[in-house]
Amino acid sequence: MSKVGFLNPLNSMNLRQKTILLIAVIILVLVTIFLSSYSIDTSTMVTNFMARNQAPSFEHLFGTDWLGRDMFTRTIKGLGLSIMIGAIASILSSIVAMIMAFLSSINKYGDTLMAWLIDFFSSIPHLLLLIMISICLGKGAIGVIIGVAFTHWTSLARVLRVEIKEINTSEYVNLARRLGKGNLWVAKEHILPLVVTQIIVGTLLIFPHAIMHEASITFLGFGLSPHEPAIGIILSESMSYLTMGDWWLAFFPGAALLIVVLLFDILGEQIEKLLDPTKAQK
Amino acid sequence: MDDLLNVSNISISFTQYVQGLNQHVLKVISDLSLSVKEGEVVAILGSSGSGKSLLAHAILGILPENGNCEGDIVFKGEVLSQERKEQLRGKEICLIPQSVNFLDPLMKVGEQAIGDVPKEEREEAFKKQRDVFSKYGLSEEVDDLYPFELSGGMARKVLLSTALLSNPELVVADEPTPGLDSQSVKETIKDIKQMAQDGKGVLLITHEIDVALKTADRIAIFYSGYVIEINKTENFNDVNNLLHPYTKSLIEALPRNGFKLTEGVQPLDDVDGCPYFENCPIRDDFCKNNIPSLIEHDGVMIRCHKYNGEVE
Amino acid sequence: MKFLGYKAVRLFILLVAVAAVSFLMIELSPIDPVKSYAAEMGASVQQMAALRSYWQVDVPTYQKLLDWLFDLLQLNLGVSLIYRIPVVNVILDKFTASAILMITSWAISGVFGFVLGIVAGAKEGSWIDKIIKGYCYLLQSSPAFWIGLIIMMIFSVYLRWFPTGLAVPVGTLASEVTFFDWLYRLILPAFTLSIVGIASIALYTRDRLVNILNSDYFLFARARGESHWSIIKRHGIRNVLLPAITLQFMSFSELFGGAVLVEQIFSYPGIGQATVAAGLRSDVPLLLAIVLISTVFVFVGNTIADVLYKYVDPRMRGEDDE
Repeated sequence: MSKVGFLNPLNSMNLRQKTILLIAVIILVLVTIFLSSYSIDTSTMVTNFMARNQAPSFEHLFGTDWLGRDMFTRTIKGLGLSIMIGAIASILSSIVAMIMAFLSSINKYGDTLMAWLIDFFSSIPHLLLLIMISICLGKGAIGVIIGVAFTHWTSLARVLRVEIKEINTSEYVNLARRLGKGNLWVAKEHILPLVVTQIIVGTLLIFPHAIMHEASITFLGFGLSPHEPAIGIILSESMSYLTMGDWWLAFFPGAALLIVVLLFDILGEQIEKLLDPTKAQK
Repeated sequence: MDDLLNVSNISISFTQYVQGLNQHVLKVISDLSLSVKEGEVVAILGSSGSGKSLLAHAILGILPENGNCEGDIVFKGEVLSQERKEQLRGKEICLIPQSVNFLDPLMKVGEQAIGDVPKEEREEAFKKQRDVFSKYGLSEEVDDLYPFELSGGMARKVLLSTALLSNPELVVADEPTPGLDSQSVKETIKDIKQMAQDGKGVLLITHEIDVALKTADRIAIFYSGYVIEINKTENFNDVNNLLHPYTKSLIEALPRNGFKLTEGVQPLDDVDGCPYFENCPIRDDFCKNNIPSLIEHDGVMIRCHKYNGEVE
Repeated sequence: MKFLGYKAVRLFILLVAVAAVSFLMIELSPIDPVKSYAAEMGASVQQMAALRSYWQVDVPTYQKLLDWLFDLLQLNLGVSLIYRIPVVNVILDKFTASAILMITSWAISGVFGFVLGIVAGAKEGSWIDKIIKGYCYLLQSSPAFWIGLIIMMIFSVYLRWFPTGLAVPVGTLASEVTFFDWLYRLILPAFTLSIVGIASIALYTRDRLVNILNSDYFLFARARGESHWSIIKRHGIRNVLLPAITLQFMSFSELFGGAVLVEQIFSYPGIGQATVAAGLRSDVPLLLAIVLISTVFVFVGNTIADVLYKYVDPRMRGEDDE
């Protein structure tokens, strides 16, 4: 039942090569978006009343808005901001997860505390909790980042907790302890190297959620300020123009955000597959 | 008498992904041939986890997608295609699975035993199911139990019953005895022999030497993916009647207490020569680079270069 | 019964904790509720003074917290600043509207998601599986509010089947809208929310079914000559249904989040819209009440899931009777 085609070079590659190629391509695309968003000359973003509310054309791929600004440029700018905030938030989230998992591994009380915190954080709807944290911190980028970080750590913390528990009770860690090694030594020498995979994959899998939640909450008005070129802001502004038929104002920025989210999703999954082959059978 | 089932030169392999997503072809069964006649029990004896169950899956046409099977399976003189296997399975060829895990955990066993039958035939099917169940001493309450509520012995009887409901000609029993108490094992052996007496052919796959000796008419020894010897059960009473050095060592090492075939370092990778080369006491250089083929001698099959047609 | 009692105690402790934490979060906020409220609603100097005393600006935080918790125990949630009626009434009114929206789309997405998941799982690896999977991945990666905008563009702007914009201004109660008006407004938000909810349940059902297709009992059913679809029907659905329903009950948190976004886009007068309004205009009593009611909502969903898991599955049923 093995089908090996030689006509298509992609078919003659094995799954490992395909996966690595896919990962490389995705990283390349994301890095390109990110870099170009920060190298964009803001002078192309100036308002141009001669070219207001234009539908997509070759000159303006995504059309222009009511101030004549090029939507493509605004979208790329917004994506760069999304990736940036997503990165900070998901890394922060992983750090919270790591601290919590570490806390739970110290003793019984730490474990109970973490179980309780996870319960607590998952008992309020995510979006509402985000809104509350954002209000608490006075909205803006910090509010969003902290909000996203503190609502997304639970799943990774759960995984790490189980993993640490397993390693902690394993033979060789017991042996190390009997040889008089301290907790920190065990954590550094045995636990950290083994959970690094989980942390990398976990952080990557938080990423798409972080980006999406940032956009949602900005859209609702609790996130980044209206002066920022965020996708959420673009979309919420577009609402007043949609009735006039300016569909491109909402369609392209949202679709671009979707693609970025999807790319991060695929990236996380592929890397997970590469590191954990049991997920790749078939 | 014609063979009911004739398996010739079957090889089964799998394509797998290992660490870092490298592809790997795993050969599980190589060049396996055997036959089962009506009213005969043939045992395949091999260590547990060695992949002999896959022979059963190949006969029934239920190998997984990434499994590849070469060679012919002939049933009543007809080479079985995948379509033909699908028509015959559950009717003329039946499987007795290993454990209660092969039953749907959320369906009552009575319902499960009758299988998928049209509404108008259900009543009749239930009647038949009740008959077979009571033949095995399963009371009516058992019909309404879920699989997890069955005791080991009960589960065994339920699984045997499912095979008999369609009155098959060939029964493939895949490890029917592991984890059972000695009383249940005895009953299972008796039940399987009864099936043969009723004229059915039985292919018994097992890693328990004792069960094979007590149940089978002929025994095929499975080693490292190869069948190395197929001999009549009575010949196993005397080591001198056995042909292959592995079989001999097996029987010599057997204290009469149900010794199980679980140990033994068996090469997993493809070897160029005889699969038993590493452990063989009578090997020579020729054995290292040439795979012996299974040859027939006086109703007995043997795979060894050193065998010269005589019983020592 | 013992189980429900235990759950009730847990809910009570959880609510007290949630109430305290969310109160403190608002207290810590650098956004001055008096100022931002005044700026939004244009209050006069006298009103500002009244607000100041209402907010007890000069009372220490812990005192305020205790006062508020005590009020809460007496079910006194205060008066909404935006709607100018008791918060309890606002919640009842808005939550009813949202509950209808959420339950409708919850049921629709559950049924369609399950069916799609079964079809995809049964035909694992085929083009139809790939289409369904691709569609679900796309949906999962799309921001819910963007889907709402697209649907609004198609059905309201392009096809003109539904009105756009804010026909009912924020601050009007749903009771002032006629029934058909309201039903009419329900369609697009419910449609959007259903679409958004389908992905996770479909993917879950598919994975679960694929697992069953690789199980021993599936293998044995095949060996017994049952056809593929018969096995899916007899064994597949039987084994997937309960976990799928359980998952659907555990999705109340996302459902609420989706409702907030969708209500905002379609100006649907429900709890989601009230949340955004209360948050933006610092209607603190209303916002805190919404946090509490949504916590109860999520808790109920999780508890039902627990009950289903514990008492409906025959394998779990026997084990709990100590």
